[in-house]
Amino acid sequence: MSRQHLVDGDRIEAERYELEAAPAYRFAPSRREVFRMLGAGLLVLAVSGGAENAAEAQESGGGGGRRRGRNDAAPRDIGAWLHIGEDGTVTAHTGKTEVGQNVRTSLSQAVADELRVKVNSVRMVMADTDLVPYDAGTFGSRSTPAMAPQIRRAASAAREMLIDLAAATWGVDRAVCVAENGAIRRNDGSGTAPLAYPRLLQGKTLSRTIEDDAPRTPAAASSVPKVDGRAYVTGEHRYTSDLRRDGMLYGRVLRAPAYGAKLKSADLAPAQSLQGVVTVRDGDLVGVAAPTTRAADTALAAIKAEWETSAQQPSERDLFTRLRGAGSRGESLTGGAADERLKGTYTVAYIAHVPLEPRAAVAEWSGDRLTVWTGTQRPFGVRDELATAFGIPAARVRVIVPDTGSGYGGKHTGEAAVEAARLAKAAGKPVKLVWTREEEFAWAYFRPAGVIDVAAALGNDGTLAEWEFHNYNSGGSGLRSPYEIASRKEEFHRADSPLRQGSYRGLAATANHFARECHMDDLARAAGADPLAFRLKHLKDERLRAVLLAAAERFGWEKRRKAPGRGFGLAAGLEKGGYVANCAEVAVDAGTGQVIVRRVVAAFECGAVVNPVHLHNQVEGGTVMGLGGALFEAIHFEDGRLVNGRFSRYRVPRFRDMPAIETVLVDRRDLPSAGAGETPIVAIAPAIGNALLDATGVRLRALPLVSEGRMPAPV
Amino acid sequence: MPDTLRIKVNGKTRDIAGDGERSLLQVLREDLNLTGTKYGCGEASCGACTVLIDGEPTRSCVTPVGAVGGRAVTTIEGLAQGDKLHPVQEAFLEADALQCGYCTSGMILSVVGLLRKNPDPDEAAIAARLQGNVCRCGTYPRIVKAVQSAARAGRRAQK
Repeated sequence: MSRQHLVDGDRIEAERYELEAAPAYRFAPSRREVFRMLGAGLLVLAVSGGAENAAEAQESGGGGGRRRGRNDAAPRDIGAWLHIGEDGTVTAHTGKTEVGQNVRTSLSQAVADELRVKVNSVRMVMADTDLVPYDAGTFGSRSTPAMAPQIRRAASAAREMLIDLAAATWGVDRAVCVAENGAIRRNDGSGTAPLAYPRLLQGKTLSRTIEDDAPRTPAAASSVPKVDGRAYVTGEHRYTSDLRRDGMLYGRVLRAPAYGAKLKSADLAPAQSLQGVVTVRDGDLVGVAAPTTRAADTALAAIKAEWETSAQQPSERDLFTRLRGAGSRGESLTGGAADERLKGTYTVAYIAHVPLEPRAAVAEWSGDRLTVWTGTQRPFGVRDELATAFGIPAARVRVIVPDTGSGYGGKHTGEAAVEAARLAKAAGKPVKLVWTREEEFAWAYFRPAGVIDVAAALGNDGTLAEWEFHNYNSGGSGLRSPYEIASRKEEFHRADSPLRQGSYRGLAATANHFARECHMDDLARAAGADPLAFRLKHLKDERLRAVLLAAAERFGWEKRRKAPGRGFGLAAGLEKGGYVANCAEVAVDAGTGQVIVRRVVAAFECGAVVNPVHLHNQVEGGTVMGLGGALFEAIHFEDGRLVNGRFSRYRVPRFRDMPAIETVLVDRRDLPSAGAGETPIVAIAPAIGNALLDATGVRLRALPLVSEGRMPAPV
Repeated sequence: MPDTLRIKVNGKTRDIAGDGERSLLQVLREDLNLTGTKYGCGEASCGACTVLIDGEPTRSCVTPVGAVGGRAVTTIEGLAQGDKLHPVQEAFLEADALQCGYCTSGMILSVVGLLRKNPDPDEAAIAARLQGNVCRCGTYPRIVKAVQSAARAGRRAQK
């Protein structure tokens, strides 16, 4: 892999940790197998659309990873299927996972809408590797643009098959048959009673494979409530960490005192002598399983372990130097007295996802077959991790993902699954392993830290003439400026990250938008232009213009009143098919420098709106999460240890951090729906940074902007 | 070996084997299979483990079960009256005040405790009382709406 990696703005950046080759074979289930599983009735298999295949290939490692293309003789992948049982039960099967983005609801909506049945009569079977077709994972905002259309196509094909069936039963033209309320009705005035779907399907096994991937008209927007919301407000929903199996033990794993520490010796005997305790040492893994968490904690503490830590351990202080590396492209930015370009170096810290449900898994062996329940965004990826770890065929591993206590890109890997399975193998009993919060901080992975060097020049007419942008380590998402620029150079440079890093909501688009949109404001100032007018002057993209204008209008940008200690800023961007603009108002205390974000407007457009309430919730949620990374979230580390790797020391947004948030949804019924889980997060940090500049005249170029909650003292 | 402890959970008396130093959270989840109460941080910083003890929101992860005594513990499973949801539960559903739902149990019980003390809280009072409950999905604005609508429902019921 070359150090320099240019990313096409239209493509999805390869998700970190998806950088493995795609599987060589994927055996689609036969119809017979599916019917055996679900019983007789009607089955529609939906082949993944071309767009999904392209995106997936990109995300799973890009060119050459896939063995089969659209023109190959081998069958294309089944992406989803839909089954209507003889009793009328509708189930749709997909590998997507529910992590709070309400995709279970939006996919149920798609089925119900096409099949003309009630939403609560649809059952989504999700993320169970024995019951659903292969899926690369739930990331990259692909569920709505790629999975929902497949499910819709399957459901509409099923509806048409039911109409055919009714027309044949009645011996009438199908044109007089209409699907309605779970039945086919005749509209020829014959007075014939409608035929409910179960009546039509009795004893039949009908199937069809749908390959058409023509875009469909989006469904009417509808604020269907979370389909199983009641189970959440009553505590009935069982997350992975809530599951129990007969005879189940609770696991704990011994962790190194620092990154890179090597286990020299471990005396397991004191733990082993405790009642009901099973101990494991297998290579680097040392763990225990016990009848209660308390007993497991006691057993773990009884293990006497010696560790060897290496002298060279990563520390935060030289992080950005290290990331920029020796062969910095930034030389061109810093060197040369004649260079009169406007320059800036921006940095972003490592941050943690902090999903409120930490990594968890329940593992159970039955002979040489393994079943693991775990909260992951990549059930099939984790299945393969398990198969590799235990040297067994993937077909003997079943991964089931209960709807999970969030992920934000942080749950792509299967550490807890592998550990629980190893403990269960030793114990001969099912084992549940729930990572502690401290483990989740230290041994999961972080959003990459990064350094971004920007240099830009204005022409004589105040127009942006030249743009050079180098991102070290963050990633390539959102790298390309949407603005019209005569001469541009935008590069992402890989680096040797001292900490384990991976995917995060929005990937590097947050870092790249932060640098770009702050720099755009600096350029506007240099040109003596209003930040909004300056952006619009360089923007042809109508969709981006529209969200900028929508945000500015709701915010009252033109009417904003300058006052001491008050500042206003805006920023905008596009990513993963969505367009976002934020306006922010901040207050800075003249004495203490304390910063308060008073008000935020978010305008968002992602094509046709599917579920307005849930979309509002995603946009607000992304905005709130973005506030944390913008203002105060940062992982601090010293000599290979986290300094603030616990909940009480790592600040996340709380109620009192909330500004007044207003969301404007721009609904484009004429455009296909894109995902919304990520893009709303990308522009909030620069909007606040620009507002702080407006308030104080000080440009902050590091994320988080105000880690102590106040402006840094002037140097 | 340790004695048996007796605690009152959701109106029922339960005998707990084991030592009194275990956290109420672990006892609820592992001994009583009441898993609606969640582990989030283990140091009373996130609020996911909140239960009511004699009506007062309490972090069960740092409460030794031996310290509960005869006081009444209410978990999320004990809030609804049969099929009838508590007004705060209804309000959360109506306001769509959850995403992944992992914080929801603790959040709802904290709100029940808040409204018991202050039936008509303004936004600042809500934020102050719920500061210890984290929703990482960022559903705060909706939770505030849910609290206000539950408060209105509660005041209507009083009249």
